[in-house]
Amino acid sequence: MQRNGVPYIIGFCVAVCLVCAIIVSSSAVGLKERQETNKLLDRQKKVLTVAGLLQEGESVSAEKIQSMFTKRIKSVIIDLKSGKENAEATQNAASFDQRKAQKDPSSSISAPKNRAGVRRIPNQAMVYQVSQNEMATDGAGFELAQYIFPVEGYGLWSTLYGFLAVAPDGNTVKGITFYEHGETPGLGGEVDNPSWKSKWPGRMVFGPAGSSVDSWGEAKIKVKKGYAGSPAEDPYQVDGLSGATITANGVTYLVRFWMGENGFGPYIRNALGQAG
Amino acid sequence: MSKTKEVLLDPLFENNPIGLQVLGICSALAVTTKLETAVVMSAAVFAVLVLSNLSVSLLRNYIPPSIRIIIQLTIIASLVIVTDQVLKAFLFETSKQLSVFVGLIITNCIIMGRAEAFAMQNGPWRSMVDGVGNAAGYSLVLIFVGFFRELFGSGKLFGIEVLPLASEGGWYQPNGLLVLSPAAFFLIGGFIWMVRTWKPDQVEEG
Repeated sequence: MQRNGVPYIIGFCVAVCLVCAIIVSSSAVGLKERQETNKLLDRQKKVLTVAGLLQEGESVSAEKIQSMFTKRIKSVIIDLKSGKENAEATQNAASFDQRKAQKDPSSSISAPKNRAGVRRIPNQAMVYQVSQNEMATDGAGFELAQYIFPVEGYGLWSTLYGFLAVAPDGNTVKGITFYEHGETPGLGGEVDNPSWKSKWPGRMVFGPAGSSVDSWGEAKIKVKKGYAGSPAEDPYQVDGLSGATITANGVTYLVRFWMGENGFGPYIRNALGQAG
Repeated sequence: MSKTKEVLLDPLFENNPIGLQVLGICSALAVTTKLETAVVMSAAVFAVLVLSNLSVSLLRNYIPPSIRIIIQLTIIASLVIVTDQVLKAFLFETSKQLSVFVGLIITNCIIMGRAEAFAMQNGPWRSMVDGVGNAAGYSLVLIFVGFFRELFGSGKLFGIEVLPLASEGGWYQPNGLLVLSPAAFFLIGGFIWMVRTWKPDQVEEG
């Protein structure tokens, strides 16, 4: 057989490429739905975990996560800049992809220089409102227990994506979790450690407990080096992660950024204004 | 028949791809901080290696010699992408931890090495057996390294606490070095040393 002829080589290449392309694309298309469900479920699970409705590492069925999510969580889309709820966009909250919106120049603006390493800010952002009780499908019986804000920022190696849960006073941290990052396991990766995350609830972002929104300045909360006291005596500081100062600083900056003027600051003020 | 057995068992200790040939150690460093990721990575390499050896061997009489490497690479890359997709669909949590390293199986020297050195010359059945053997040899080292790194680096095995950590009220102070990549070098070095002490003919002339 003439295996070195040019026509044979080209024909062979085309055949191999075709077969490989068919295999690859059919697997990608065929499994896409399952992968998307996995991603969505993973995010919903993280939201429920940071809201304290699920235990860390608890294994629950997909149905349970979905039913819990629909009963306890209200997804709201807001205009970040004005801090107002965008009713029209909220109706399509299920299909809203904030990370996609953030990348698309038509639905985001470039961020001012910041230490959190955020490059673009989406025009619209998702806020999850957690209900105290189970609510009906039409949203009746909703009573606000906490807000959950998506946060992201740069650590040492990677962008950390997570959620920050804040009490209705817009000041008290209820919890924090990261659902995606590429920090060193055992060092920066300890942001996933449940015992470190348990240091967060009860800390204050802006000012003393019960203080009015007008007295707040910039977000004060930070991850310090070494150990912080209990939330009562050391309200603005969280224990550091040993061997991971840069990741820990990244967490400080990203929390401050998203709680600040370019993040959810305007929304928090609006929400408090309405309530008060 | 004993020849087939040799093909299957040789790569475990006699001719271990990591131990003797020192191939594929990049992934052995990266995914072995936990036993679970090491096992899933082993399974992924197993699937890719067996299938790539099989398909290269089936095509060996048709592949034009002048472009054989690139054909092998195309086949391997396709298999790796499919494996990655399957992991994302069925083992989402673990695939998140393995992240980019599944994709990097494409550049794992063991797979191309076996395709070029073995599957191009041997029949499909022998090539598959060779794939199984080499994947097992690779997995052996990965699991060995993963076992020690997870046990002494974080006091756990498969994520279940074995040595109670001092930070959670136990007595074990985890060894931070073990969760960093250099620890895998030490462990792989230790593995090679043990195998060569046992089989001195593997020792290279200095």
